[in-house]
Amino acid sequence: MGTREQCFEQLLLGKAVESVGWLKPIRAEALDRARAMNFPSNRNDDWRFTDLSALYPHDFHPVVSFAKLTKADIKEYVIPGAIRLVFVDGSYSSELSDLPDIHEGVTVTSLLERLGDPLVEGIFGKHAPYKQDAFVALNTNFFEDGAWVHVAGDVTAPIHLLHVATKRETPSAIYPRNMVIMDSASGTTLVEEYIGLEDGIYFSNAVTEVVLKEQARLQHVRVQREERNAFHIGHCSVEVGKDSFYASTSLAFGARVSRHTLHVTQQGEGAEMQLDGLALVAGRQIADTHTLVNHAVPRGKSTQLHKCIADGSAHAVFSGKVIVQEGAVGTDSAQSSRNLLLSDKAHIDTQPQLEIFNDDVSCKHGATIGQIDADALFFLKSRGLTEERARNLLTHAFAAEIIARIQVPSLGESLGRTILERMNGERK
Amino acid sequence: MISKDSRIMLEVKNLHAEVGGIDILKGVDLTVRAGEVHAIMGINGSGKSTFSKVLAGHPDYHVTGGTATFEGKDLFALEPEERARAGLFLAFQYPVEIPGVSNSALLRLAYNTLQTERGLEELDPLEFEDLVHEKIKVVEMDPSFLGRSVNEGFSGGEKKRNEILQMAVLEPKLAILDETDSGLDIDALRIVANGVNSLLTPDNAVVMVTHYQRLLNYIVPDYVHVMDGGRIVRTGGKELALELEARGYDWLRAAA
Repeated sequence: MGTREQCFEQLLLGKAVESVGWLKPIRAEALDRARAMNFPSNRNDDWRFTDLSALYPHDFHPVVSFAKLTKADIKEYVIPGAIRLVFVDGSYSSELSDLPDIHEGVTVTSLLERLGDPLVEGIFGKHAPYKQDAFVALNTNFFEDGAWVHVAGDVTAPIHLLHVATKRETPSAIYPRNMVIMDSASGTTLVEEYIGLEDGIYFSNAVTEVVLKEQARLQHVRVQREERNAFHIGHCSVEVGKDSFYASTSLAFGARVSRHTLHVTQQGEGAEMQLDGLALVAGRQIADTHTLVNHAVPRGKSTQLHKCIADGSAHAVFSGKVIVQEGAVGTDSAQSSRNLLLSDKAHIDTQPQLEIFNDDVSCKHGATIGQIDADALFFLKSRGLTEERARNLLTHAFAAEIIARIQVPSLGESLGRTILERMNGERK
Repeated sequence: MISKDSRIMLEVKNLHAEVGGIDILKGVDLTVRAGEVHAIMGINGSGKSTFSKVLAGHPDYHVTGGTATFEGKDLFALEPEERARAGLFLAFQYPVEIPGVSNSALLRLAYNTLQTERGLEELDPLEFEDLVHEKIKVVEMDPSFLGRSVNEGFSGGEKKRNEILQMAVLEPKLAILDETDSGLDIDALRIVANGVNSLLTPDNAVVMVTHYQRLLNYIVPDYVHVMDGGRIVRTGGKELALELEARGYDWLRAAA
């Protein structure tokens, strides 16, 4: 059995990854920073609810030989008509990707192939806090590949970044790194998805940086459907420019322990941000979502609806912080946290936080926590539905409000099925 | 319609029940045969709504004595969903809103559950759509309500019509209408009543629980029962309802 220190040490051993010139000092600094850190403890305010100890017994090793998958292996995750980039255990797979060249105004490639591009150099590491956050530091030093998405026009086809983990002989550490640049007045839908194909133990530590320039519009769907025994730590930093619109829909269904940190900074006036999330956990799962919306300039609007559903002995955590800076006058912010407990042993912590440094704002937040509505349950049973069917329907309905915000119909249907599978898996 | 040789559908004997530790029903007897329409009337607190909830199996209501057989089965040995599958239907006094579940999805799920129970084929969404568009005419409802979440944002009258739509789709043997007339304006009342009337056959039966005689102008009962203090204190024909309308309940309460 390893300790917290030993597990972290093992991650630090990692493996050296090739770099271009500008990246070497960044990687070196990230590694130095990581060496001075450890897994965050619950004395760290950002981690006080989330118990990472299930990670510690495992020795995670870098992936040295990559599994060969076929399109049949991923077919249930394919979004028809999407531009698709597939990564297997952190490494780009051109065979599984689908990059039709009909799409103008969009570049979607492996980040590794793009490291020589000055545009990448100019943005990489500028948003994700690799000097402060141990997981971002590990990713920055050890990432092998990820997606580079550069959108210059209106792209109607969704862009699907599919990160696949396979079962390895020893637990593996995977470090996907994605960058998304939305040029002025561009628009698209991005699906960033993490899945596990077999029931393996692995540590998936992903970092994504997103920049929206003036009047850009992005719907960013993040789907975490890792394997039940996996560990998933994700960080996403977003900078939104003047009059841009950023909508995030973030879903956490899988992993033994997962954490998603989303930082959105309003850099331009009049930008609008919509942050929606759903965590559905059962068994002994832990799912933590931490969001930060930073209104740094005037006339920003942010709305947020986050839902947690916890069954079995699972634990869901939501912390949503909204900061309104001194100069950010005319800010309009509303946040709602709604939670559903499906069992007596399940546990949900929710923590809305507002920090306001000027008077000319409208900020609302609220949180509710409840169980399946007994009257609704009786009504459905009185129409012939079994207890299980009725509970599933009501749980699904609670989740549906978030799923409905995803403007990719086939993905919405697939996620609906995942919800039912995860719920039934727990009760069987 | 009263027919002496029609089969007994529901037989309740000496039913006692409590809710929240308070005895509400204190010995109810009722026999309903196929083809009959019964009205149970009474003042607030007389136990008439409790009676309907007990029959449907609401978990907050506990049977403390007596028996009920429905289609030959021990009703109280069945879960609410089993009662529904056996052909019992409760139209709720306060229909429940279910955000996120569309009306058509619920109707199809419930319909197909009963089809399976009856050993019949389930209907796919397209086949079901044909069926439900026929049924919705019964309650003169706009088809746009099918795509909306169950009862969410519906007016009081729309909710009650939606209950009768469920009844029309599920075709129960015995429908219990719990104050279906409350909160309805005269047009909605007429529509709901026409809907129920159109669903009546010699093989099914209806028990209406109501405070007012008004509904009975539209759905004419074969029997009128007056409930008071948790028991049925008087049974008569439809003229009893008119007498209640004219004289109130006090004379019966005094007699009881």
